[in-house]
Amino acid sequence: MPRVLRHTLLVVVPVTLAAALLPLGYSNQLLLFNFVVFLTLAQGVNVIYGFTGYLPFGYVGFFGAGAYGFSLAVIHLHMAPLAALGVGALAAIVLGLLLTPLLRLSGAYFAIANLAAALAVYQVVSNPNLTEITMGPYGISLSGVYHPQLSYAIAVAVMAATLGLAVYLRNSRFGLALQAIREDAVSAAMAGIDVVRARTVAWLLSALVAGLIGGVFAWYVSVFYPDTVFSADFSIFAIVFALFGGVATVSGPVLGVLILYGIYNAIGITTPQYFQLIYGLLIMGLVLFLPNGLVSLFKRWGIDVP
Amino acid sequence: MLEYALLAGLVFGLYFSLVGLGLNLVFGVMRIVNLAHGDFLMLGAFGAFWLFNLYHLNPIATVFIALAVFGALGVPLYYLLVPRLQRARDPEMLSIILFFGLSQVIEALATVGFGPSERSIPGRVLGSGPVHVLGQTFPAAWMVSAAASALAVLGVYFYLYRTRLGYLTRAVMVHREEALATGIDVHRVSAIAFGAGLALAAIAGVFAPFMLGSATPAMGVDLNIQSFAVIVIGSLGNPLGTVLGGILYGVSLMFMQTYFSSWANLLPYLLLILILLVRPSGLLGRQVRRA
Repeated sequence: MPRVLRHTLLVVVPVTLAAALLPLGYSNQLLLFNFVVFLTLAQGVNVIYGFTGYLPFGYVGFFGAGAYGFSLAVIHLHMAPLAALGVGALAAIVLGLLLTPLLRLSGAYFAIANLAAALAVYQVVSNPNLTEITMGPYGISLSGVYHPQLSYAIAVAVMAATLGLAVYLRNSRFGLALQAIREDAVSAAMAGIDVVRARTVAWLLSALVAGLIGGVFAWYVSVFYPDTVFSADFSIFAIVFALFGGVATVSGPVLGVLILYGIYNAIGITTPQYFQLIYGLLIMGLVLFLPNGLVSLFKRWGIDVP
Repeated sequence: MLEYALLAGLVFGLYFSLVGLGLNLVFGVMRIVNLAHGDFLMLGAFGAFWLFNLYHLNPIATVFIALAVFGALGVPLYYLLVPRLQRARDPEMLSIILFFGLSQVIEALATVGFGPSERSIPGRVLGSGPVHVLGQTFPAAWMVSAAASALAVLGVYFYLYRTRLGYLTRAVMVHREEALATGIDVHRVSAIAFGAGLALAAIAGVFAPFMLGSATPAMGVDLNIQSFAVIVIGSLGNPLGTVLGGILYGVSLMFMQTYFSSWANLLPYLLLILILLVRPSGLLGRQVRRA
């Protein structure tokens, strides 16, 4: 069986089916929706960090851009939600294009600059002077287009497409080129890879993923504040989930979300400070003892993980 | 107005140099990003608050306690975390995540221990009455904090350029492998620099209630970004460039607050991005750009 098909059957199909069918028997749809959001974001981080090697510490910037692109299109242009999603995706892509010069930075410099960029966008969006355009710090209300069933279905579709993207990168020449850039950009260029083009495409793909799911998030929750959709938690959670499972694989980020976000929902909501403590210790232990994630354990035992 | 913004900028600039100094020292020597820097600063602030409230200890005395406690804490923490981290494939990147984890642990423990509320110390503790400088008036606490910051910077200068240990530290900063090859005990030098970095953060924290108004367990995140802005403007990896960065940052912050106050929050982020893009490697003496 070709690897693409095997990876699709092993990860994409079961995760998508579970996300699509679970609401029929399980009533807490919001919880499932959040799982879908984080499954998508963790794969988006996987594209740019796992495959390409850039740590997007301000990844939430794209998520927020998507959410605001969607909401402002609905509020000011009275667009239908599905068309407004396109505006959200476009907003994220435009932000991604604006930030492409950051890709010239390496290592920690990129991470810090990206974080600063996300915070700058947040400061602009939430600035009271722009209340007429962005509603400033007072937040967005989209009760007119509120449609949990449809928006949930779209979120599942976005997640499935993102998982498909990860399968493609895992098994394609382009994905291999990205990994070559991650390991050594100069050697990759010598081997005939157009480094600038490849990393820009990866960056914009990852921005697109976050922008789309950000738009769907805005649609699903329909009432939110700027600090909801620009919360640094989205970047950090997505990065840690992806790392915990193991990046540059399809199943790693999925495992990370299921385990860590599962723990979060079990204890994080009632006693946030204890969750923060456990979470911090878990991150430290992970970096020190298992820097390549959970799936690296399977690799060590000689099992080929998707 | 103009004179006030300029002078207040200088005062705050000196303080911000101190805020960034420890982070830059750690980055310069170990090439790791201590994302928990702001949280050590927060611990210093809470130390000053509790020692003042329980024992009426003057914050100036707390400075020396902070120096001893956090300097001593830094050495074992270094051996616990950093050598293991440096064996990984990409230590610089992973350090961000590792120290983010540490910052979460510290923040959680501080929230459990101190509660989430804001704490402050009355400014008169550091000196009474306003101080007049060149026709402008400032709170005495600001002037004391700025003077203490200047002294701390001088102390770091003395350590780096006038002691044998500082000589070795600079050797490690320039080239870690060569320093190792010439027989320098890199781990010992780094551990001491790490302790010094934490101590500097805690000392900056002692003055935080006066300069920043109050202290909360969650204050670390914002301070990290400000510290990054300061040290990137100055020169990453060169602790003394931090003074330049701090003063530039302080003055521009005061000008923004005076003339465009509603956009002042945007300043650290924009400065950070601009400097990284325009002069990424010029002052740094190290390649930070790819392709």
